[in-house]
Amino acid sequence: MSTTVAAAGEGRSVSRKALMLIAIWAALLTVPLWLPLLGGYTALAGRVLVFGLAAMGLNILLGFTGVLSFGHAAYFGLGAYGAGLTLRYLAHSTPAAIAAGTLLGGLAGTLFGLLIVRRRGVYFAMCTIAFGQLWYYLAYSWNSVTGGFDGLRDFHREAIGIPPFVLDITEGGTTFYYFLLAIFAAAVGLMGFVLRSPFGRTLLAIRENERRARFLGIPIERHVWLSFSISCFFTALAGTLYALLNNFADPLTLHYSLSGYFVVMTVIGGMRTFWGPLLGAAVFVMLQDYISSMTVNWMFFVGAIFILVVLFFPRGLLGMMRRRIAA
Amino acid sequence: MAQVILFNVTNGLIIGAFYVLMALGLSLILNLSNVINFAHGNFLALGGYLAFTLSPVLGYWGALLISPLLTALIGVVVERLMIRRIYNRDPVYSLLLTFGLAFVLQDGARYIWGPNGLPMGLPAVLAQPITSTLFFITWYRVFMVAIVIVTVIGLFAFLRYSRVGLRIRAGTFDLETVATLGVNVRHLRTLNFAVGCLLAGLSGVLAAGQIGLNPNMGDDLLMPSFIAIIVGGVGSLIGTLFGGLLIGMAAALTTAFYPAASEAVIYAIMMAVLLLRPRGLIGEEGMMS
Repeated sequence: MSTTVAAAGEGRSVSRKALMLIAIWAALLTVPLWLPLLGGYTALAGRVLVFGLAAMGLNILLGFTGVLSFGHAAYFGLGAYGAGLTLRYLAHSTPAAIAAGTLLGGLAGTLFGLLIVRRRGVYFAMCTIAFGQLWYYLAYSWNSVTGGFDGLRDFHREAIGIPPFVLDITEGGTTFYYFLLAIFAAAVGLMGFVLRSPFGRTLLAIRENERRARFLGIPIERHVWLSFSISCFFTALAGTLYALLNNFADPLTLHYSLSGYFVVMTVIGGMRTFWGPLLGAAVFVMLQDYISSMTVNWMFFVGAIFILVVLFFPRGLLGMMRRRIAA
Repeated sequence: MAQVILFNVTNGLIIGAFYVLMALGLSLILNLSNVINFAHGNFLALGGYLAFTLSPVLGYWGALLISPLLTALIGVVVERLMIRRIYNRDPVYSLLLTFGLAFVLQDGARYIWGPNGLPMGLPAVLAQPITSTLFFITWYRVFMVAIVIVTVIGLFAFLRYSRVGLRIRAGTFDLETVATLGVNVRHLRTLNFAVGCLLAGLSGVLAAGQIGLNPNMGDDLLMPSFIAIIVGGVGSLIGTLFGGLLIGMAAALTTAFYPAASEAVIYAIMMAVLLLRPRGLIGEEGMMS
């Protein structure tokens, strides 16, 4: 009896999940149709995708492993600078730029992860913040290569492919949006695969009860390290897309404020959910765009949003929805 | 050359003194409440701006005394209204909360006192150099270092000999036991937060006389203070003290020989410590896990 009830509940939740997936992808695929009607512009949607991917990458660590990084802007920014520097100095090739930036950010994270993998809680967070700022200062002061405070300019995304099969993404607009969406889809698919794998389940076990997981013989440090590394790779990929989106990389993409934005996006959407960070990124990007067009004191309001979210909204939008369904 | 070195050693001492005051406050709050106070640099700015506003009324010395106390009072209000609510939650919330608070305080200061830098007037006695050969050492610099030394000694005496200080130190190691013994932990944490803000406010007044006032004057001190804590060892205030002096001195000496690397060197020290001695120079084993 009870098993049939459980099975029925499972079936319902599976169909609800499928519905949600269809809704998300339908919304993402039709953005160029409906966003202008709401007064938005396609570049804004691109920013949501990029920040959403970065926050989803962070969420592998934050939501699915239970380890707090407050320095993910470093890997995002390294991705952006890696892509920009490649396009400017090495090769006029968009795929090469994406690969180089992702590798740069991901490997930096992987190496640094080794140093801090034994730390936990706020101490882990503090190390990630401090390490992140290192890259900010480096980009800031290494003027001749990075362009310093003004940021890295004089590069632009290149058309992909060999004639006659060319995808021209130099124009921005709808074509570029679908290019971003395709990469986003591939990355998110891979992320879902990782999180559903036995490895991903082990991360959940670590999040839920680290001591028990340790007693079960799970090598905690190695798993946390891998999770950190994977998460950095995804965030770095998002960073390369950000550089392509703006044809520009600036030191603020490395600053810890951006790390804070990623964390708040994740929390607004719901850190224990897969799609939460994307929703949070959408909410955050729209709010920031709106507030900064209304007042010069946007920092005050953004800060107030942080405080309100923490005090009154800690579960995030999807977390609250899920709780309501469960009740 | 000797003078250049001496100049930079003095600078290092002063920068280090600021790092120490900032980092000690951060460290106190971190150790007892497990909260990284991102807004600490903004409490510093607040202390400076309060002194700026009060000094025409109270004079410099009055402002020097009163504005750190007012900063601490604001700290108490902030702790009671917001920070207290997230003590038992995932650390992500405390970081986000103080991060948001930093934005609010910074933009608040910009709104009230304006976005441009303001000069902080000093009494004539302090503004003079001590001798004409050592023209770069004004009495103000000596005075700052003296105040920091007195404050640090006072803080350590407070933690060592007063009843409340003993409780704060005990709470750092085992808050539950302290609570079981009948100590009101809520008050203890509020008071501890206030002491942290007091130190930030004091460094704000001192920094205002040295570098002037602007809304994000505390930002540049925040990261080095984090690093001072990591280098010195989390959980150890003595460690924080040495960490702050060490990186202040290292940054200043690097400035003498290779200015571009002055920021990089403190990060290099941090990486070396994390690699070779993860608990920090004087940290307790296991405090950071």
